[in-house]
Amino acid sequence: MTFPIAGVNIAPTYLIVVGFIVGVLGGFFGVGGSFLAGPALFAAGVPMNFVVGTDLAHIVGKSIVAARKHRTLGNIDIKLGAIMVVGTITGVEAGAQIVQWLKRAARVDSVVGPTFIVALLGIAGFMTWEAVSTLREQRKQRGQKDRAAKTHPSRRDHSAMEFISRAVHRISLPPHVSLPVSGIASISVWAILLVAFVGGVFSGFLGGGAGYIRMPCLIYLLGIPTHIAVGTDLFEIVISASYGTVTHALKGNVDILIALVMHTGAAIGAQLGATLTQYFAGARIRMAFIPLPLIGAGLMLHSLLSGHPAK
Amino acid sequence: MKKTAKFSFNLFVLELLVYAGLITVYYLLVLHFLGPGLQDVYEHKRHLYAGLALGLIVGQGFLLEVLTRVLLIWMKPLTKDR
Repeated sequence: MTFPIAGVNIAPTYLIVVGFIVGVLGGFFGVGGSFLAGPALFAAGVPMNFVVGTDLAHIVGKSIVAARKHRTLGNIDIKLGAIMVVGTITGVEAGAQIVQWLKRAARVDSVVGPTFIVALLGIAGFMTWEAVSTLREQRKQRGQKDRAAKTHPSRRDHSAMEFISRAVHRISLPPHVSLPVSGIASISVWAILLVAFVGGVFSGFLGGGAGYIRMPCLIYLLGIPTHIAVGTDLFEIVISASYGTVTHALKGNVDILIALVMHTGAAIGAQLGATLTQYFAGARIRMAFIPLPLIGAGLMLHSLLSGHPAK
Repeated sequence: MKKTAKFSFNLFVLELLVYAGLITVYYLLVLHFLGPGLQDVYEHKRHLYAGLALGLIVGQGFLLEVLTRVLLIWMKPLTKDR
């Protein structure tokens, strides 16, 4: 099938399969999956400027489906998401401005690529250590009959890093808000805005929805339960990717026909991914997330070494 | 538990098959006619194209979600009969 806007010829089944895989990842982990979809489009012959813009457009459609699914499952904290939108949009713009500045200095490839690899390796390392510690702790407690054992696996969510989120909750900088859906009595708005801003900067600076950085921040820094973090992260991805789609479309970087075809596969994949979260406890979801940043880091390293931009 | 998992899997496979048929029709009818028009807008009215791009992907997102929900409601009695 010919896609006249990008001027490429791609089999629709290829786009559907790529969309389906990325859709499952999005529904299950709350990430956009741009570190897999981007290289897959590039490998199919799509020019790099269209890869970035088209991937963002496809993320919007897919994340809306997954976010709605998570909303029906009660996994989105709307109040938290609404506060985060302010920080996310500001962060996306700040990240895009950093890229523009690096472009002018002709250092975009030498800075963005290695930063991406370091960030992804750091996230994977930290999450491995945390998930292993949590699972070990849970195994120790298995002998004791406690109330948690009677609850549904998807609702049993403990983290070995809870002391960090407790410290963040103690920050006294006003104003404070309560997040009943996430089970947080009081938290400084500035802590939420900072997390959203950092996620936004990563999105604007490295591309994609930046769920790989926002989701761990929500869990470990703000103390949001994993299932709520996944749903709320998807809500934020919808906002940042919509903003990115419009900006890139104005610059002529979006082939919406490619995005529409990819999205047909992603829509059903997202349904499957979101449903799967009901069958796994929080620590196991986090454990399964670990290979994703490693794959992204590997793809980026390969692209840098072989002389191709991989974003 | 095993019965529930098998029921969900059957439902998912059936949904996938119906979905595949609908998507094939979608390619033939919608994208074939939408392509040339969108290319024209892309080349001459970039602001309109940006709005259309966002509108189309959001619209398709909601449309497919409604479609999936309707399919699930329609297929549940069929899988229970088996």
